[in-house]
Amino acid sequence: MAYRETATVISKDKIAGDVYDIWFETEKIAQEAVPGQFVLVYSKDKARLLPRPISVCLTEGNKLRLVFRAVGEGTKEFSEFETGDKVEIQGPVGHGYDLSNKKKALIFGGGIGIPPMLNLAKELDCEKQIVLGYRDELFLNEEFEKYGQVYIATEDGSCGTKGNVLNAVDELGLDADVLYACGPMPMLRAIKNYAIAHDKEAYISLEEKMACGMGACLSCVCKSKEVDGHSKVKNKRVCTEGPVFDAREVEI
Amino acid sequence: MAEANMKINIAGIEWKNPVTVASGTFGSGMEFSQFFDLSKLGAITTKGVAITPWEGNPTPRMAETRGGMLNAIGLQNPGLDTFIERDVDFLKAYDTVKIVNVCGHSEEEYVEAVERLATVDDVDMLEINISCPNVKEGGIAFGTQPEAARKITEAVKKVAKQPVIMKLSPNVTSIADMARACEAGGADALSLINTITGMKIDVNRRTFAIANKTGGMSGPAVKPVAVRMVYEVAHATSLPIIGMGGIASAYDALEFIMAGATAVSVGTANFNDPFTTLKVIDGIRQFMEEKGIKDLAEIRGCVG
Repeated sequence: MAYRETATVISKDKIAGDVYDIWFETEKIAQEAVPGQFVLVYSKDKARLLPRPISVCLTEGNKLRLVFRAVGEGTKEFSEFETGDKVEIQGPVGHGYDLSNKKKALIFGGGIGIPPMLNLAKELDCEKQIVLGYRDELFLNEEFEKYGQVYIATEDGSCGTKGNVLNAVDELGLDADVLYACGPMPMLRAIKNYAIAHDKEAYISLEEKMACGMGACLSCVCKSKEVDGHSKVKNKRVCTEGPVFDAREVEI
Repeated sequence: MAEANMKINIAGIEWKNPVTVASGTFGSGMEFSQFFDLSKLGAITTKGVAITPWEGNPTPRMAETRGGMLNAIGLQNPGLDTFIERDVDFLKAYDTVKIVNVCGHSEEEYVEAVERLATVDDVDMLEINISCPNVKEGGIAFGTQPEAARKITEAVKKVAKQPVIMKLSPNVTSIADMARACEAGGADALSLINTITGMKIDVNRRTFAIANKTGGMSGPAVKPVAVRMVYEVAHATSLPIIGMGGIASAYDALEFIMAGATAVSVGTANFNDPFTTLKVIDGIRQFMEEKGIKDLAEIRGCVG
């Protein structure tokens, strides 16, 4: 169940280069959002018709936290929100992470795929190791420390392992039963392959260009291994059946 | 204050108000039913369905443009069996006119789908999509040549039980010729416009923004083109017209009605605000009451 609300900006911080951290007050969206879900944020400029899907970083009661990178005109507009601004938001959207797992977990976040993993790290009740991959500048890493052992990989080697999150796994000899990941597609592909090679469960969060963000327009499909029950073809809607998928059920 | 009569009649089918949704922007209404009661709509127009499931195009299938968007979904659909069993069954609960949009790769596929739908209760009207710009075989192949459009209209009409709406493409030299061809083929109504073929290039990636290279443009930016075409078609044929293209408000809808449309469809605006259709319906009613308009026929085609 998604809600359309006019949310209020409570605070805004810039936490890295182009990365912004905004808390909103919502009526129901924050209370209903589970880790892995996202919300749709609408531009005030009506020439930008389509919502921007942004993952939920954290919730606290009726407060919703979004951490995003300002990359295009829409997210640049959002980066200029001020405390007290009213913003149209719809959600929560999508199928999030299954929180019933009690086995040892490895949580991977890469780049702007890191924010939703904070909510997962907070809510998942098991032994957790967290591997965060950055190009260079770190953000949110200290907050993850509350929820598990945190390991860092940076492309430029400025912190932690030089390379990507799987380089860190190799270098540090990390191991777990279940893998959770959100990040760029090459990282998700590598984690899927790693999970298959090591016979691990893996859940990955995908993204795709979206229009309606509610399952009607069929813009944001991904390829599935089997015929999907809803579409009756080998396509699943990232906004509805996803964004979190069992890595083995999708072709990426 | 006048009592506004919003009822309209297209090919013998009465709608409680003149507002429906553009095929492909609303699924079969399931997703939107979490936001409002679908019975408030004049009609529901479902996403195109073919006799067998279609995979559609590769992704990315969509790109936003200023004041609009491009899409090349490629008519992904679950096939008629699932559609009838699930989607038509879902819609039974709603007191609104049900329009099923039909697509096919060939004349035979259109005819087979329409024959099949002739046996299905709870389908009130058919909209024949001969204008999808994103599917090479079928779709647009019938929608750009008047003679091909006349022939497919005739073939479909022969087997159709429900009134047939032919959906026209704007990607033609003369929309009036296309409208006349469909009228000659026996169409009961026309809907227009489908999307306008466009292209967007991602300069950072140095390639097309959508995988299909071209896509269909929709949204507020196309509205003046759509209004002009509805006006031309209204003067070229006597068929009722369902006008669409960039409608996001009641005033947008009224432009189409004053250009000659009997009904209107809200499409891309559903993505911006799922309540747009309700706002359009209320806004038309309010306009009628304020201006003392008792029946939409008083303003239909009023620009002359």
